[in-house]
Amino acid sequence: MERVILIRYGEIYLKGQNRPFFERTLYDNIKKALAEFSGIRVTRAQGRFYAENYEEEAPVLRALQRVFGLVSVSPAYKVGKDFETLFEYSSKIMTEQLSRLQGKTPLTFKVESRRSDKKYPMDSMEINREMGSRLLEALPGLKVDVHHPDIVLNIEIRESGYLYHEVFPCAGGMPTGTSGKAVLLLSGGIDSPVAGYMIAKRGVALSAVHFHSFPYTSDRSREKVIDLCRILTRYCGPIRLHVVPFTRIQQELYKKCPDSQLTVLMRCYMMKIAEAVARREKATALVTGESIGQVASQTMDSLAVTNAAVSMPVFRPLIGFDKVDIVNISKRIETYRTSILPYEDCCTVFTPRHPVTHPRLEKILESEKLINGEELIQEAVANIEEIGIQPDRNLF
Amino acid sequence: MGQIYLDYAATTPVVPEVAEAVTDCLKKDFGNPSSMHRLGIQAEKRIRKAREQVSHLLRVEPEEIIFTSGGTESNNMAILGTAYDKGRRGKHCITTAIEHPSVLNCFAHLEKLGYEVTYLPVDRNGVISLESLQNALREDTILVSIMHVNNEVGSIEPVQQVASLLNQCKNRPVFHVDGIQSFGKLPLYPKEWGIDLVSLSGHKIHAPKGVGALYRRKGVRIQPILFGGGQQGGIRSGTENITGIVGMGTGADWIAGRHAENDRYLYELKEALVSGIRKGFPDAVINGDPENSAPHILSVSFPGAKGEVLLHTLEQEEVYVSTGSACSSREKKISHVLKAIGLNERTADGSIRISLSYLTTPEEIASFLPILTRSVQRVREYTRR
Repeated sequence: MERVILIRYGEIYLKGQNRPFFERTLYDNIKKALAEFSGIRVTRAQGRFYAENYEEEAPVLRALQRVFGLVSVSPAYKVGKDFETLFEYSSKIMTEQLSRLQGKTPLTFKVESRRSDKKYPMDSMEINREMGSRLLEALPGLKVDVHHPDIVLNIEIRESGYLYHEVFPCAGGMPTGTSGKAVLLLSGGIDSPVAGYMIAKRGVALSAVHFHSFPYTSDRSREKVIDLCRILTRYCGPIRLHVVPFTRIQQELYKKCPDSQLTVLMRCYMMKIAEAVARREKATALVTGESIGQVASQTMDSLAVTNAAVSMPVFRPLIGFDKVDIVNISKRIETYRTSILPYEDCCTVFTPRHPVTHPRLEKILESEKLINGEELIQEAVANIEEIGIQPDRNLF
Repeated sequence: MGQIYLDYAATTPVVPEVAEAVTDCLKKDFGNPSSMHRLGIQAEKRIRKAREQVSHLLRVEPEEIIFTSGGTESNNMAILGTAYDKGRRGKHCITTAIEHPSVLNCFAHLEKLGYEVTYLPVDRNGVISLESLQNALREDTILVSIMHVNNEVGSIEPVQQVASLLNQCKNRPVFHVDGIQSFGKLPLYPKEWGIDLVSLSGHKIHAPKGVGALYRRKGVRIQPILFGGGQQGGIRSGTENITGIVGMGTGADWIAGRHAENDRYLYELKEALVSGIRKGFPDAVINGDPENSAPHILSVSFPGAKGEVLLHTLEQEEVYVSTGSACSSREKKISHVLKAIGLNERTADGSIRISLSYLTTPEEIASFLPILTRSVQRVREYTRR
């Protein structure tokens, strides 16, 4: 007998000719995610992966649940496939489940078996029936319920027998690194890490850009963004963070442009700089955490203006999300507690009292001419601080 | 000139004398002071010496010093320990509106437990009035807790007069003083003045972080808030932090020496600072009473220059100050102290705290002033329209 984890993946079946590439990438990503568990073995067979030879199960499961491209995982017994052995471990599982009820019986169950070994003397219907009745006979307190059972006992007969009763969902999505690269505009708030997560989930590798306005924001906000990146790397692997010195552009805009347009103008320049970074990083899209109407700079008109500032596609995965939904995801992916630390926006100097909510593109383009944008962008890009962020080990 | 550190009220660097004593102790005296053997006795001797050094500065008996993990624990121990002990006699306590959070949050906790707390207001200079204290006193008042020097604006509370006022009470409440900012910088003689409990912190007097002390006048009863092996007379269980304690003792010695050399030193620095600021910025607001306040703390507002932005602008020039108190600068709220002394939002927003120590030199002040001028001007160029 051996404890193993069955690892299932889904969508990449659909990818026809590319399938070997997707599977290989997924395999590599699984290996990376499990790198800290020494001695662990990952193998592939018949459209799924197996993890074997580990000490503690729970941390391995947690690490796997974060790998994009996986659908679900099940810890299982890998045993000999003769019926008596299968029965022995089936009753072991059911006994454990019964003891957890502490006498509050009955426990309803059903047996679901599959066999890829067609030479096996019983077919799956026979196995279900036989195992069900043997268990009922042996363990008082059990009851069969084929529609809404408390426990589904799965028996798979392949090169060995596999028995399990738990299926834990994984992150889903596509293997990281199978869909190119994008640059995420990371503010340090709640939304942008979630947006990054959602795009990364589709297999996209990420680089990040953060705009730093020292002395108007403190170095603590820079540290906070590094922390957020580090959390994201748990899902999508290493991220190169580009910290852009943004103070001069803000000051120039403040001096020369109409007050009400400051925020929209600032965002236009952020997009332009992010695009420059993307070119440098050989990324092909930008990602923002915008959602329609959330703040003045995210009305449809404002989005139209900032969108026009760049030619690269801009992905806004949260565009139709309510704040509560975004908050829920950020809690699930564990960026929330870092995001709500109050270091950002310590300064309201550059926030207009009455920002335009429906800017017109012609007017914004006119205002853009009031500062020497090209030169300022070049200067900012030239002074970018690059920070390579690796997933931290010992998360558990 | 390299960096100019002017945030000594937040914390102080360990001076070489202290570092040496601590290292020596780390290397040689690892014994548990409670052990019966020679190593234990050696460790105990180290602690006894530190106790003497600290008590010397307060002019009290060594046995009246209890070592703790720092100022926060000392305040907790004094306030909760007294309240738990006297809770049957009465449930009324008096404190001020401008105490440190480690005092205010103890009282907030006591309020949840059914105690009643009066918060004395302060005037524009950040000082309480004896009259308002007199009016707040009741039959069932069990504890009065007043800080000696306020950490944000440097105001000095009349704790000596408070003590004599309390001495005339029939049911005299216990009197606790948070002496964390004044220890080593101002005379503080609890025994002579009639103060029962005084909180002290190590890292404000050039000792390491993680050590503090509580002066407890002989005969004053408090309940312990930590339970365990009964160390330090059962009042503060837990194996003594011997290296920290040695550091605190040496720090007390060091600061006493500097004070004895020239007790006007800090005042002179502060005067130079204040006159420089007044000359450069006629519209600067000195918070609190510059003539009658702690020699090492100066709170000043430059209206129109946001304190936090000014702090970071100074940081670019390797000058380190703070806004309000270090503990509340992480929150966006206006400091409760600046509010209590009646500053409006704009002035409070534009305030920084500059704090000095015996390590500060006149040259540093001289180079700081033009940097401050530049920085304030630069920040004021961009203010919210």
